[in-house]
Amino acid sequence: MTTGTRLGRAPAHLLVPALLGLVFLLVPLAALVARTPFRGLPQRLTDPVVLDALWLSLWTATAAMAISLVVGLPLAWVLARVDFPGRSVVRVAVTVPLVLPPVVAGVALLSAFGRSGVIGAPLRDLGISIPYTSTAVVLAHVFVALPFFVVSVEGALRATSREYDEVAAALGAGRGRTFFRVTVPMALPGIVAGLVLGWARSLGEFGATITFAGNFPGITQTMPLAVYEALSTDPEAALTLSFIMLVASVLVLALLRERWFGEIAR
Amino acid sequence: MSPALNRRQPGSPAVALLAALALTVTACGGADDGGEGDERRLTVMAAASLTESFTELADRFEAEHEGVEVVTSFDSSATLATQVASGAPADVVATADRRTMQMMADADALAEEPVVFARNVLTLAVPADNPADIKGLADLQGSEFVVCAPAVPCGALATEALRGAGVTTRPRSLEVDVKAVLTKVLLGEADAGLVYASDVVAAGDRVLAVPSPELTEAATDYPVAVTADSGEPDLAQEFVDLLRSDEGRRVLDEAGFSSGEGEDQP
Amino acid sequence: MTAFLDAHVVVRRPEFDLDARLTAEPGDVVAVIGPNGAGKSTLVRALAGLVPLDAGHVTVGGETWDDGAGRALDVRERRTGMVFQRQLLFPHLTALDNVAFGPRSRGVRRSEARRLAQGWLDRLGVGDLAGRRPAHISGGQAQRVSIARALATDPRLLLLDEPLAALDVGVAMALRVELARHLPGVHGVSVLVTHDALDTLTVANRVVVLDQGRVAQVGTPHEVAQEPQTEHVARLMGLNVLRGRSSGTVVRLADGTDLVTATEADGEVNACFGPQAVSLTHEEPVGSARNHFRGTIRSVVPHGSAVRVHLDNPAGLIADVTPASAAALDLVPGRRVWAAVKATEVTVYAVRDLTR
Repeated sequence: MTTGTRLGRAPAHLLVPALLGLVFLLVPLAALVARTPFRGLPQRLTDPVVLDALWLSLWTATAAMAISLVVGLPLAWVLARVDFPGRSVVRVAVTVPLVLPPVVAGVALLSAFGRSGVIGAPLRDLGISIPYTSTAVVLAHVFVALPFFVVSVEGALRATSREYDEVAAALGAGRGRTFFRVTVPMALPGIVAGLVLGWARSLGEFGATITFAGNFPGITQTMPLAVYEALSTDPEAALTLSFIMLVASVLVLALLRERWFGEIAR
Repeated sequence: MSPALNRRQPGSPAVALLAALALTVTACGGADDGGEGDERRLTVMAAASLTESFTELADRFEAEHEGVEVVTSFDSSATLATQVASGAPADVVATADRRTMQMMADADALAEEPVVFARNVLTLAVPADNPADIKGLADLQGSEFVVCAPAVPCGALATEALRGAGVTTRPRSLEVDVKAVLTKVLLGEADAGLVYASDVVAAGDRVLAVPSPELTEAATDYPVAVTADSGEPDLAQEFVDLLRSDEGRRVLDEAGFSSGEGEDQP
Repeated sequence: MTAFLDAHVVVRRPEFDLDARLTAEPGDVVAVIGPNGAGKSTLVRALAGLVPLDAGHVTVGGETWDDGAGRALDVRERRTGMVFQRQLLFPHLTALDNVAFGPRSRGVRRSEARRLAQGWLDRLGVGDLAGRRPAHISGGQAQRVSIARALATDPRLLLLDEPLAALDVGVAMALRVELARHLPGVHGVSVLVTHDALDTLTVANRVVVLDQGRVAQVGTPHEVAQEPQTEHVARLMGLNVLRGRSSGTVVRLADGTDLVTATEADGEVNACFGPQAVSLTHEEPVGSARNHFRGTIRSVVPHGSAVRVHLDNPAGLIADVTPASAAALDLVPGRRVWAAVKATEVTVYAVRDLTR
């Protein structure tokens, strides 16, 4: 706002497309809300199947982000800071799941972790079975959301200059201390953005989850799966469920924004 | 079998919204292809399980009717119902259960009482190598099997059949449609699945049907009707007659369907 | 006996080779000057360990930091402090935590590190900014914090890469005074890369002139200012230096023109004179003992109370005139004028061979 007044009015050739974009995003959401039969809302909100699905969605998406943070942050760091042969190939490989249709991602996960999969078969011999479990839901989420996180964080790491790493080293900080005390805090806005992006992607995940984890209430039925199931039998219920999911995710993001972005924006 | 779960008004705005969405997606393959003026066009919308048999029947119909083009559109019965109920340009509509057909009747979208032209019997399907050595419905006890969600017709049938056979083991997944059940069996991610006879035929030799006498009554009826808005009611009726002819029966038999006549239920 | 800092830095780059020797004792402040691309920053980065040596060596206080054959102490194991033109303060830490970062990294306990940091901030006059983040302090204050940060690790080698270049004149002057006060107190050697003659004269006690990757001159600031060996240093010191071959009192310059001087000399010499010794006229000057050149004005800029005029002949000649005469002569870029220098104003000294 302050820059707006100092630099003059925003030009129309930027404002018009910006408004178009905003309207395009908001109109379907507003329409969804407008069509939501609120009569059914109290009943749905007390339906244990819906609550299970909502809870499952929230915790699996969060768990997926925790895993993404643990493996994705170092991966992004390696891509951004370490020169090694084939780095561009690795970078492309990381982004492949972004273009993969989610159902195909689910089949890929089954090929790896399924009963006869490369990892799934030996695991099964040990008595561990991943498909049809909440673990499978988390893995599906990680698979589709990790690329978002890594791309976002790598961008943030590249934007923060390597010189700061050099300063920290000259001050005697080891690589670990430099990573946790300098690199990560400086890239924090990007890391948080990556987490939010990945979390939102997880929350909406459908294809990979239903293919890899199946659909069972309380165990693998996330909100999108519940919505889809309702859609084929009871579209009004589907709308109500979508509305609940929308509100829940907006609430969480708004809370995060207060807590995190407020801090980081300074 | 009492599908009384349906509390929805088919003409509600929500349904119209979804239907409009579905229409835009299917419109590209739909009736607006232009075409020569003297060519007559018959649009048949049918349940996805009818894809192979109706495609062949459409070819035969075209061969028998000079200058007639049959346009087919396949989707889930629920989607078809919402589309036709909101005025999709169909002449003939065939669904995989009575409930969805009733939705269209309630919306005054049909020209006549629907007639049942085929039955699809629930079938116990196993992967070709039958890893869990399933020999009948009772063997599902303790095995890893998948079925449809109870809310969709194949799931309602399956739930009842499992109860009848005394199977108390929880299915690993309640898939949202029958194709998803078949996929799990095809990929070897389930010891068995309950699908329709037509699905086993369509899957070829990668899936085996295990004879299960308990399932003969677990079937869904396929009703067909001419729509109220049909521009070609006579041609439409001829197509319905083809379905009920010996020729039509043969094609449907090959696709795994059984006879629908004389087994009408209220 | 080897010096406390004994460095022979050889770094080969596609653009140029750096091959520079540097020795100094504790308390020395060595100014490194030279034109852009001379290798100043590379020298500093090599001393810090950010750039590996291709040959040569770096020893500090008898400890080998780099033997030029691939065995080198890691950056973090060298006791160096670094100060950059862009302060590179960690934006997410307060001034205090920035300064405490080094001691903390070297194992000092938190409370002790903070006490130490506050002490250094106080000494550099920014103690009251301890709780502020870098975004909320001015450039000059940030540079003080960054100097405090470098000093807080008690470095054996303090490397300052143009620390004042980005600051306003007044701010830079105040900070220059601080540097002059604190650097000789460092328990090691300070190396100050600079573009500013004032830094060299006021802060440093030794000067190393780099030119195209080689050391062109070493000496005290006074020596270098009196007898600059390169045109760059002469310009830096505000002097004109023309190189030529002297025979008696006539120096034949590279372009063939003769410069008459009052000093007898033979061989390769530098002929040096101040800009105020150059007078400018429109008409060709007359008089036997005068040197005169016809040139085109390249630029006219205020310089203190005078106006400094740059000419293209002889290349890079500078002349200081009063504002009044600049206006009277209508000195504007592009105008052709005559420049005259009295023979008695020209200092002549032999070109020294530093290749040894």
